[in-house]
Amino acid sequence: MSQAEIEGAREVYGEGPLYVAAAKVYPQRVSGPFRRLKWGLLVFCLGIYYFLPFVRWDRGPNEPHQAVLADIAHSRFYFFFIEIWPQEVYYFTGLLILASLALFLSNALFGRVWCGYFCVQTVWTDLFMWVERLVEGDRRDRMRLDAAPWSADKIAKRVAKHGTWVLIAWWTGGVWVLYFADAPTLVRDLATFHASLVAYFWIGVLTATTYYLAGRLREQVCIYMCPWPRIQAALTDVDALNVAYRRDRGEPRMSLKAGDKLRAAGRPAGDCIDCHQCVAVCPTGVDIRNGSQLGCIQCGLCIDACDAVMAKVRRPTRLIGYDTDENMKRRQRGEAPVYRLARSRTILYVVVMAIVGSLMVYKLATRQLIGLSVLHVRAPMYTTSGRNAVRNGYALRFSNKWSDARQFAIDVSGVEDAVAKSEQADALPDGRLAVSVDPDSTQEIEFYVTAPRSSTNEAGVPIVMTATDLKSGETVSATDHFFGP
Amino acid sequence: MATPEPTQVDSVTGETTTGHEWDGIKELNTPLPRWWLWTFYATILFAIIYWVLYPAWPLLTTFSHGVLGFSSRGQVAEDIRAIQALRAQTEAGLDKASVTEIVADKKLLSLALAHGKAAFAENCSPCHGSGGQGGKGYRNLTNEDWLWGGTLDDIQTTITHGIRADYDKDTRSSAMPAFGRDGILKPEEIRQVASYVRTLSKLPPETGVDVDAGKQIFADNCAVCHGDDGKGNTSLGSANLTDGLQLYGGDLKDLNYTIANARNSTMPAWGARLDPVTIKTLAVFVHSLGAGQ
Repeated sequence: MSQAEIEGAREVYGEGPLYVAAAKVYPQRVSGPFRRLKWGLLVFCLGIYYFLPFVRWDRGPNEPHQAVLADIAHSRFYFFFIEIWPQEVYYFTGLLILASLALFLSNALFGRVWCGYFCVQTVWTDLFMWVERLVEGDRRDRMRLDAAPWSADKIAKRVAKHGTWVLIAWWTGGVWVLYFADAPTLVRDLATFHASLVAYFWIGVLTATTYYLAGRLREQVCIYMCPWPRIQAALTDVDALNVAYRRDRGEPRMSLKAGDKLRAAGRPAGDCIDCHQCVAVCPTGVDIRNGSQLGCIQCGLCIDACDAVMAKVRRPTRLIGYDTDENMKRRQRGEAPVYRLARSRTILYVVVMAIVGSLMVYKLATRQLIGLSVLHVRAPMYTTSGRNAVRNGYALRFSNKWSDARQFAIDVSGVEDAVAKSEQADALPDGRLAVSVDPDSTQEIEFYVTAPRSSTNEAGVPIVMTATDLKSGETVSATDHFFGP
Repeated sequence: MATPEPTQVDSVTGETTTGHEWDGIKELNTPLPRWWLWTFYATILFAIIYWVLYPAWPLLTTFSHGVLGFSSRGQVAEDIRAIQALRAQTEAGLDKASVTEIVADKKLLSLALAHGKAAFAENCSPCHGSGGQGGKGYRNLTNEDWLWGGTLDDIQTTITHGIRADYDKDTRSSAMPAFGRDGILKPEEIRQVASYVRTLSKLPPETGVDVDAGKQIFADNCAVCHGDDGKGNTSLGSANLTDGLQLYGGDLKDLNYTIANARNSTMPAWGARLDPVTIKTLAVFVHSLGAGQ
């Protein structure tokens, strides 16, 4: 390799700094259908979050009355009519699978609707921006206030803004802990300083994260922290509807007068009058005219802004609107746009969602509220009892998911002339053994079965234990082996 | 070859590049946001505060203890104290009740079995096996071959005072003579009585050995402790010879050795080592293993 080639391969670095302060975004007020939709969904989502812990649900005397409750201390999760035990955590797995598929499906159909309308980060940021606008005024007022020297007015506005933010953040954190304990009790305990330190700690953590993420970091979270924009970019396709600038209609952009002049001369002029309204209203400060990009959360506010301008200059609206890559190309070729909502990936997502959803509904519908599991005692595998009998030990675990105590009768089958015995069981009048299990609990008992040696062999014979709930008549069985010499 | 001009500005985005290029793809010079730097400084600050508060630096013979005085060992001790305080309430019931009362009360029984199982694993399983299955010379606690009785009270007494534990005056004690070693019986007589003992359990005697002679020797020497019918006596700790379950094995070699040398095995008196509640729970646990009487 010649010296020149080595020289040519030398790396040349840009002169810019390694770190720069993020440019502050001052989103401008906007009105229109997308803004109204966003307000509606904000009220709906935050309403659910702030009030759900106070919704009551009657489950009987021995169970909590909170509709949605994650009872970590007793390892139970309650969701309206569903109560989930730790071993049933696969319902959550199913929900997570459904949630991710729903995200993929929404992305294949309408782009980043999650980011724009439902994500906690953008929804709370929207709320905080609303507070900011109420206190400090719109875009230009805020820019002026930031540039102004400190004064009584500026201090008052800053205190009002940050104070309100902290209050909202504190309320958000306070509601979070209500999902983990009985809400009315916890509210009283928190107010009288009787709640546990853990509750105050988590309120503090959630207050801090809400304040910083929604008040300070805002679009930085979307651009630098969130994985979804990257995944979304890899998952999208040419038929997905995304918020897009119609380059074919808008370019070449120029002032209104220049455009009118060119059009009068019969020369091409774009509809975009380069007024920057789309940039001014953008909560993440991007320019949608540069195309789909990482920072664009596709909230549609630029559509509202551009439509208002287009109406004023008497041009057709939706210069910025939901569009697909495919249709942009088709319009350039002079073809009519096509909208293909049903395509292989959307159908696949729906089918997989239907399968997972059906499985979950099936599991839920056929879910038994009683359970039995059997574990054979391994040391010893069997005991010879007298000259002619052999005994096997089992650990039986009964689970009772009912809200009242239940008694289970135990039947043993599969081994001839088997006799069951357990110190932890009671004898029923009909001679069977029975076990009482507390509401919403499990109970393990040592259980011994004795049978003549002729009933079994070294390889063991299958033995079936059946528990019958004496109240409901429901039965549940478990199989193991009965070993002998 | 001429040195190419360094590309400082990317034509597509209008941004400067770092000069790094891979297969024609140039890296844009996108500076990190400054808060990222602050986050880094915050982690450094966190580390410094941590060093001050918590044990952090190894020194030559000791380490920096931190101003909070935290130690994970101390935390474990605290957790143990807390769990003991919690258990004290539930175990008060076990303290008051007798073993029979414990078994009669399902809640106390569950508690005692859990406690007993843990105590058994810690103290008894080295000899009696993890599930009480025993081994040669060590009682299989799951069968009915109780030498000193299989009721709850019998088991509690045996565990408390031990077997042939001479440091405990109430210990279970008896001694089988070493019939061969002490010259009480001749080897031929031992073989005869061993064959007879096997017939008590319906097992075949040694061929060519006079079983009737063995029967007479048994009546003269053994019946006083093991009974005329060979069923043993739990107050003497003499084995039941009719159930085919011999502690040291029932084949001729084992039986000959047992009669000639005697076994007289021992068990420690656990009353000297364990608290009364633990012993009660052990008695309840052993009794629950399937053979309790």
